[in-house]
Amino acid sequence: MTNLIAIYVLWLREMKRFLRAKSRVVGTLAMPLFFLAFLGIGFNRMSMPGLNGTDYIHFLVPGIIGMTMLFTSMFSGMSVLWDREFGFLKEIMVAPVDRISIVLGRTLGGVTTSVIQGILILGISIFMGFKLNGLIPFLLSVVFMMLASTTFIGLGLIFASRMRDIHGFSLIVNFVIFPLFFLSGALYPIDNMPSWIKIFSYVDPLTYSVDGMRGALINISTFSIAFDFLISLLFAALMILLGAYSFESSESI
Amino acid sequence: MYDIKIKNLTKMFDDFTAVNRISLSVKRGELFGLLGPNGAGKTTTINMLSTLLAPTSGTAKVAGYDIINEKNQVRKSIGVVFQDPALDTKLTGRENLEFHAMMYNIKSNERKRRIKEVLELVELTEKADILVENYSGGMKRRLEIARGLVHKPKVLFLDEPTLGLDAQTRRHIWDYIKKLNKEEKVTIILTTHYMEEADYLCDRVGIIDHGRIVTLDSPDDLKDRLGGDIITLEMERVSNNFVNSVSKLKFVKSTNIHNKKLIIAVKHGEKRIPDLINMALKSKVKINSVNLHKPSLEDVFLHFTGKTIREEESSHADRFREFARRRIRR
Repeated sequence: MTNLIAIYVLWLREMKRFLRAKSRVVGTLAMPLFFLAFLGIGFNRMSMPGLNGTDYIHFLVPGIIGMTMLFTSMFSGMSVLWDREFGFLKEIMVAPVDRISIVLGRTLGGVTTSVIQGILILGISIFMGFKLNGLIPFLLSVVFMMLASTTFIGLGLIFASRMRDIHGFSLIVNFVIFPLFFLSGALYPIDNMPSWIKIFSYVDPLTYSVDGMRGALINISTFSIAFDFLISLLFAALMILLGAYSFESSESI
Repeated sequence: MYDIKIKNLTKMFDDFTAVNRISLSVKRGELFGLLGPNGAGKTTTINMLSTLLAPTSGTAKVAGYDIINEKNQVRKSIGVVFQDPALDTKLTGRENLEFHAMMYNIKSNERKRRIKEVLELVELTEKADILVENYSGGMKRRLEIARGLVHKPKVLFLDEPTLGLDAQTRRHIWDYIKKLNKEEKVTIILTTHYMEEADYLCDRVGIIDHGRIVTLDSPDDLKDRLGGDIITLEMERVSNNFVNSVSKLKFVKSTNIHNKKLIIAVKHGEKRIPDLINMALKSKVKINSVNLHKPSLEDVFLHFTGKTIREEESSHADRFREFARRRIRR
């Protein structure tokens, strides 16, 4: 059914583009790093309820990694729009490759580049005073990065398949990406929020990724890691299936 | 042996009929042209034949496979060069070709050999390793043609292959197209709204207008159908009497009026001009100018649609704008 070579080709394409677009990588890393630096420094001396004794930098790093996953993966999923705009999508669609392989190839490519950026953020945060407690927490956090990335690539694909061109892009950024980010508890514990807002936080996939990474990296979490993992896995599977379905049923030209 | 068999192919977008019951066949190894103004339905036809768009009704077989039920077989058998560039500009020319060849499952050795061959065919060997974003328009086109050929398709679709290129590059592309039709023995369907292009390249031409095939034949036979040479008399005023009597003349094959111009198809036009002028003098019709020329496909188009291709394009543009407006409002 699926075409491994095509998946590999599409993955390789994402990799080559990623490695060549140095300015783009710097650009996408800049925002999370600024958030990390300014929020981290600014709030570090403030006491915030719900941090359970850890300092704010340690609390913030998993949130910022989650934010990186959210942004880079949504953009990656929506890059179908750019391929459509620049015509390359037709070249892929006319090839003897089933649609599932196309979605899988793009997703694998997107997950790889997003996770690389997440790991870069984690690495840089160590220089800013973040303490990483060994290999297992690191690997666990990578698992959560992959699940979050898959989820948001799927979501990006859903939006991209519904849109005709790139003009609605900033709408998505303002009305989907930012709310998902702020509701996820990336910047503050969701327990501090009023209960009616918490409901939204509980349906936000990013909440569980961030919580899972916090559990793995700094041992502070609202839910158990197993629960976070399970929910993230379900979200990832659901979103990528919906994304593939939307992509398949959308007009390619 | 036919590589393309189209039967009653129709595509509707809402209530707009882009392609209207087209039927035609293309022989193996033929260079076939779809000639028509922008918006006539050429690209929609190509998109259906290349499985990107599902037809509303009717069907077609490409390289023996059904475009609805055997999509994957069709895709394996065709190469497509789209009207708008479809290259990844962040990759080099060679990488574009390599990725393409891999998607068509061509093994490594064969891949290298084929890429070398097609790069030589379009003379891009030296530029193969620079990023496509640094290519000129003509180079991009040539690369796309090369890419369409890498996997040795049976049928190659070229949608407006020389659109937006300068005259010199156009000539070049024409030569490539002729060469690969002969050397690679590939069946080629091209669309164009350039008369010279269809005339120069195609074995047979189908003239398409408002989504219908108006007429179809070899360029020479199409021109012959007009009955020989074309004499154009520009009149001060259109006189129906004069036009009637001209059209009744024995040597006149057909007449057509277009903007005060009487277009007359005759054999041996140079000998008939004096007769026509005499007749005009007798009927007191003032003639402003006389023109004799050997017919081109432009005349064929004018003959079969009653309009020049430019006029058709402007009316199509209006129709399309209206259509686009309605789509956006929806």
